[in-house]
Amino acid sequence: MKFALFAGCTVPAKLKQYESSSRAVLENLGLELVDIKEFNCCGYPLRNIDLGLSVLSAARNLALAEKEHLNILVLCKCGFGMFKKAEHCLREDSSLRQRINNTLNEEGLEFRGDIETRHLLSVLYHDVGLEAIKEKVIRPYRDIRIATHYGCHALRPSEIVDFDDPNNPSIFDELVESTGAESISWRSRLDCCGAPLLGINDDLSVDLAQKKLLDAKQSGAHYLCNACPYCHIQFDTVQKTISSDQGGNHDLPSILYPQLLGLSLGIDGETLGLSMNQIDITAIERFLS
Amino acid sequence: MAYHVSLYISLAVLIVGLAYKTSAWFFRRISVDSKNIPTSKRVSSAIRGIILTILSPKLLTLAKVFLLDCVLQRKLLRESFRRWLAHTLIYWAFTLLLLMHALDTFVTSAIFPDYYPTINPFMFLRDVFGALVLVGICIALYRRLAMKSSRVKTSPMDWYALILLAVVIISGIFLEGAKIGSYSIYKQMVSDYAGLEEQEQDFKALTAFWVEEFGTVAPDLEEPFDVNLVESGRRIHQTSCADCHSRPQWAFAGYATAAAFKGAAVAMDRAGMHIFFRYIHFLACFIGLAYLPFSKFFHILTSPLSLLVNSVMDKRHSEPANIATRQAIEIDACMHCGQCTARCSVGIVFDEVQNVNILPSERMQSLKRVAFGKRVAKEESELISDGTYLCTNCHRCTDVCPAGINLEDLWFSMRESLLQKDYPVFSILSPLSFHRGLMRQTVSESDYQKPINRAKEAIAAGPELIKNRDKPLALPSPDRELQGHLFLSNQGDTFSACFGCQTCTNVCPVVANYENPQDVLGLLPHQIMHAAGLGIKDLTLGSNMLWDCVTCYQCQEQCPQGVKVTEVFYELKNLAISNVAEKGIR
Repeated sequence: MKFALFAGCTVPAKLKQYESSSRAVLENLGLELVDIKEFNCCGYPLRNIDLGLSVLSAARNLALAEKEHLNILVLCKCGFGMFKKAEHCLREDSSLRQRINNTLNEEGLEFRGDIETRHLLSVLYHDVGLEAIKEKVIRPYRDIRIATHYGCHALRPSEIVDFDDPNNPSIFDELVESTGAESISWRSRLDCCGAPLLGINDDLSVDLAQKKLLDAKQSGAHYLCNACPYCHIQFDTVQKTISSDQGGNHDLPSILYPQLLGLSLGIDGETLGLSMNQIDITAIERFLS
Repeated sequence: MAYHVSLYISLAVLIVGLAYKTSAWFFRRISVDSKNIPTSKRVSSAIRGIILTILSPKLLTLAKVFLLDCVLQRKLLRESFRRWLAHTLIYWAFTLLLLMHALDTFVTSAIFPDYYPTINPFMFLRDVFGALVLVGICIALYRRLAMKSSRVKTSPMDWYALILLAVVIISGIFLEGAKIGSYSIYKQMVSDYAGLEEQEQDFKALTAFWVEEFGTVAPDLEEPFDVNLVESGRRIHQTSCADCHSRPQWAFAGYATAAAFKGAAVAMDRAGMHIFFRYIHFLACFIGLAYLPFSKFFHILTSPLSLLVNSVMDKRHSEPANIATRQAIEIDACMHCGQCTARCSVGIVFDEVQNVNILPSERMQSLKRVAFGKRVAKEESELISDGTYLCTNCHRCTDVCPAGINLEDLWFSMRESLLQKDYPVFSILSPLSFHRGLMRQTVSESDYQKPINRAKEAIAAGPELIKNRDKPLALPSPDRELQGHLFLSNQGDTFSACFGCQTCTNVCPVVANYENPQDVLGLLPHQIMHAAGLGIKDLTLGSNMLWDCVTCYQCQEQCPQGVKVTEVFYELKNLAISNVAEKGIR
């Protein structure tokens, strides 16, 4: 299995451990990743300003992957959602597609719509499969409770993203449980992390994050688990600043899914970038058998 | 005389230029917080920083960076072999020419006491180095002329630099060619070194030999020469000339030029073309020297400096005064190579939005103008602000900059300065602000909030109806234009299916976050859908709700009527911005 890895802007700049741990895990599970240097912004940050520009940005990435005949594997949920939205717009609206392709043609590119955009979690779940993962798990977790944070832009709008059941998703929980961990049920697991408003309305953004943290903590989670740079930064970097501002009463560390999985596959903590998380998660190794 | 006068003038300009440019590193201000740091503090901090660094293990880092990044240009090699080759050819071959040829009295003669420019290996090497520089220039010209991307720009400065280099090398080769063929120089040399004034036959013999073998073009000589005459010329050559003259074929570029102009050599010699080429050659060199601090040649000094300084500094641990100085150095270190723009994550946006400030290499030119205190009209300043904000902070420009400039940091400083100006920058109301949110602690509280409020207020200033919430609305006639505008995607006009069940509002986490949501948010999601259905533009575009929407899609997912609430919000946001921004962001 071969995918073009779309790391996006935020992961390489602010969350290198997400990329390194994903690469390590996928390699361990026998996937081949191809890097396309020309990839650009996924378009997501531009949607508030100009939908046309965001679709153009997304379409260029899709066209670049099409040129290599590769499906795209996206690490970020917002980028994933953006690609899905762009594919939808370009499929439904032939005049938009024509306009976008006119621009892309100048670089010798064309959006045809013949590849698939996949998120890391759906590749692991559907393409690799739980059984294959379980076979590779050599150090399963014991007695650890994980709260899965699904991330809005992967789940919704479900008719476009087609990721999982939007009201009762289970992919992420099953993936977490394949490592031997317990995935807890908690009320606000499908809610927003607040990251899209960071920098626009920080108070609101932090309020939303706090509520989730409190709920996960009260539901008995040891760790919060993410598979999106925005969500993770919100629950890691931003949580740390809230904690230092307000005396730190949640302290629910957040771990990236490939870090969680990687440890149980026997990959070392350094490759997974455990120490690069802002809130210390190294203690999680105690739960490994 | 002319040579020395122009040399000293150019050296004087060079020294004054360098002094001015260097001093500017200590008073030029880019970031907001650097405005309060006096020049004296910056000078003292720099001196202390340099001493402390040299006395620490960081010295090893400096040595490594100097070797790998400054000398071997590792960063450029990672990006493009062709560019690395072009640059290395020019950089290395020109440096060797400078040391061996231009500074021969100081360098080459000191190392090789037998040095003479017309003997090998020096004569051959000079042409080798010159040819390598020319090859490098040709690759660089090819890149700039045959570039496919419309994004990588070539400024007049880039042309001047390449042309000046080409003139130096080509005039040097022509000078050499003219000298090889020159009969007058030959005669002068013979009279100076061979002492053949009284011996006409010997002079003839030597001339025949030089015409045959050394490319000299003599007038009034009958060829072919007698073999014995040439042989006797060779003997005279061995005793009088050979010590200082290798065969000119070794100077292959000059010799080829001489051969090409052989037919015109006598006329050229009479016209004194070798003197002309000599003037061109040294004047071009001296112009380059004087122009150095003011041209992209300045990067010869500033790019290594930027690479070194950046390898031992970081924003968290270094003194703010030194960061301010580093940023001033960095804007001099940019040589407009365009590598940042070639890898820019939002470069594609420039294809649609013709604002060059989106492209990092061009934004740098604007930053230079602003930092150098040039007057910038308000309209242009707004363009610079808009372009500077269209950045995902992906760090790629910084990673690939061959001069090691911390561009991301520079853009952040530039952006924060521009955001304090009195016009709104609407892109601040997008997730592009995520980076700014994470950097909040580095900005003062009021500076942080002001531009966000300014953008929101500028958008809210238009819609009138929403401001008189106490009075019942006299419904205006529906704004068909509004409904017509929401067609960016085929989901924009789904608001018309809304039957007001309020599910969207009930599931909204933002609404749920407030006790009195309407006080904070203005209209709530179902009200906005309803207002859009009625065609009341003021109500749909004037609510804070639009900008506080976290785009979690709960509303849209749960709507029983298939109204694409979040998508409608996105399109209303686009519309609100394009209504108030004079030309939108386009």
